[in-house]
Amino acid sequence: MLFSVIATAPPRFGLRQRLSLWRTILATALGERLVYRGDFALGTLMRFLPIITQIFLWYAVFDSIGEAEGEDAASIGGFGFREIVAYYLLTMIARAFSSMPGLASGIAKEIREGEIKRYLIQPVDLIGFLLLTRIAHKLAYYAVATLPFALVFYLCRGYFVSGWPSPSIVIAFIGSLVMGFLIGFFLEAAIGMIGFWFLEVSSLLFVYMLFSFFLSGHMFPLSMLPPGIETFVNFLPFKYLAYFPAAVFLGKVPEDELPIEMAIEAAWLAFFIIVCRVAYARGVRRYSGFGG
Amino acid sequence: MTSVEPSYTKVFLTFARNSLVRDMTFRTNFALQCVSSIGWTAMNVGFYLILFQHTKTIGQDSGWDEPKFFLFIATTWFINSIVQAFFMPNAEEFSELIRTGGLDFALLKPIDTQFLVSFRRIDWSALSNFFAGMLIAAVSLYQLATREVDPMVPSALSLILYVIFLGCGVAMMYSLMICLSATSIWLGRNQTLYNFWFYITNFSRYPMEMYNRGWGTPMYGFFTFVIPVLLVVNVPARLIAKPISPRTNEEWMLIAWALVATVLSLLASRWVFRRALLSYRSASS
Repeated sequence: MLFSVIATAPPRFGLRQRLSLWRTILATALGERLVYRGDFALGTLMRFLPIITQIFLWYAVFDSIGEAEGEDAASIGGFGFREIVAYYLLTMIARAFSSMPGLASGIAKEIREGEIKRYLIQPVDLIGFLLLTRIAHKLAYYAVATLPFALVFYLCRGYFVSGWPSPSIVIAFIGSLVMGFLIGFFLEAAIGMIGFWFLEVSSLLFVYMLFSFFLSGHMFPLSMLPPGIETFVNFLPFKYLAYFPAAVFLGKVPEDELPIEMAIEAAWLAFFIIVCRVAYARGVRRYSGFGG
Repeated sequence: MTSVEPSYTKVFLTFARNSLVRDMTFRTNFALQCVSSIGWTAMNVGFYLILFQHTKTIGQDSGWDEPKFFLFIATTWFINSIVQAFFMPNAEEFSELIRTGGLDFALLKPIDTQFLVSFRRIDWSALSNFFAGMLIAAVSLYQLATREVDPMVPSALSLILYVIFLGCGVAMMYSLMICLSATSIWLGRNQTLYNFWFYITNFSRYPMEMYNRGWGTPMYGFFTFVIPVLLVVNVPARLIAKPISPRTNEEWMLIAWALVATVLSLLASRWVFRRALLSYRSASS
C-alpha cells in the first residue's frame, strides 16, 4: 500500500503531497512498532543486562591498578571507573542512532533480485525513500524505547559523576547523534551499492561490521588504545558511530576543540553522502548495461 | 511387538555425518561462518590485550594475570564452541518443532525424545572457535611455563581434572539450554531465547570472585547455587590456571559442588523436559 502511494504520486511532489507521504510512512512504521510494544520494551531493558558484567569487570580492573573510587581514583585513557560505566550507557544511545540493521544487505538484495528497477522507472529516489523510512523507524523506536532507557539511566545516575553537562555540550551531543545517524546511514547504503558490482556483499558487510564494532568504541573507549593506533583510529569515521557522542557528553573532547571535531564529523558525513550518490549513479548506469 | 533398543552411538554418528554433508554442500557459506566466528574471537582477544596494557591482573590479589586470564578465556571458548556446535542449532529447531507441530513426529520415533531433539543437528563451523581456544591455551601455557617469575606447568592430574570439569561445564550449559528451550512449549514460541541465553551466559565469562562484592554478592550466590553458570568456566579454569596456590578449602568445596551441580542440573533438565512434553500432549489433544 505504501508503495502505491509513492508510485501514484505526481512526478513533482508539492509540499503538501510530500508531507502527507511522510505522514503515511511515519504512521506505518509507528504502527508496526507499537504492535509488540510490551515485548519490545522488555527486550530493550534486557539489552542493558550485559552492562552489569561490564561494571564488575571494570571495577576489578580499576581495583587492581589503584583505587577504583574515591579521591585519587585511577583512570585509564582519561576514564575513571564510574565514567566507563556512564560511557557504556551513552554508547548504547549512540548505537541506537547509528546502527542500521539490514540496510546494506537490503539494498544488495534489491539489486540482486532486480527489485531496484522500480526506483528507476518511477519518480521515487531510492536513497531518499530509504532514508525517510529509516527516520520513521528510528522515531518509532524512540517512542517505545525512551521509557526503558530513562529507567536505566535513572537507576544508573550515580555513574554520571559530573552530572548534566553545559547546554552547549548537550547541543553538541545531540548534533553528534544526528550526524552519527546520517553517517551510519550513508556509509551502510554505500556498502549496499557495492552490490551493483559484486552480487554478494555479505562477506564484505561482515568485515565492515567486525571493524565497526571494534573501532567505533562499542567495546571500550578508543582513548585506551595504544597511542600509535589511537591516532590512526581517530582518523577513521567509525568513531562517530559510538565513541564520539559519548565522549562529547562526558566532556572528554576539550571544549575549544569541539567545533573543529564537529566540523570533521560533518565533513565525513558530506563525504559519505557523495560516495553514496556517486556509487548509486554509476551503479544504475552499469545495471541498465546488462539488465536492459 | 518386540522393542529394539536403538544404538545411540550409531544414531548420533549418523546425525553428525548428515550435518557434515549438509554443511559441505554450501562450502563457501561454511568457510564464511568459520571466518566470522574466528574474527569475533580475534576482536575479543584484542579487547583483553588492550585491557592488560593498563593492568597487571583482573581484580586485586585475585591471581588472574594475563596468561592465566587467557587460559580462562580459552576455557570459555572451548565450552561455548561445543555448546554452539552441538546444542544451539538443536535448541533453535526444538522451538520451531513446537511451533509447527513437528514435535508429534519426534515423539513417535522409537528413541528417547530428549536425545533426538538434542543431537539432531551439528553446526560444524562453530567448532572453529574450539581451535581458536586451543591456540589461545597453547600460547598462554607456553608463556606460563617459560616465564622467569613463578613458572607453572600443569600436572597430569590437573589436566585430567580439567577435561572432566570441562565436560561438567558443557553438561550444565546443556541443561540450562534444554530448560530454556522447553519453555517454548508453554510460551508457544520463545523468541527471546537467544537473548536470554546470551545474557545469562555472559556472567560466566569472567572470574567469579569479581562479582562477590556489594550488590553483586546476591547475584554471585544465585549464579553459583541456583543457576550454576558461574561454575561452568570457573571450575575447570581454576584447576588448570591455579590463580591461587596452594588451594584453599573453599576452592575444593567449589570443585565438589560443581560435580553435584552437574548431576542436579542434568536431572533438573530431564524433569523440565518431561513436564514440558506432558503439557505439549495435553495442549495438542
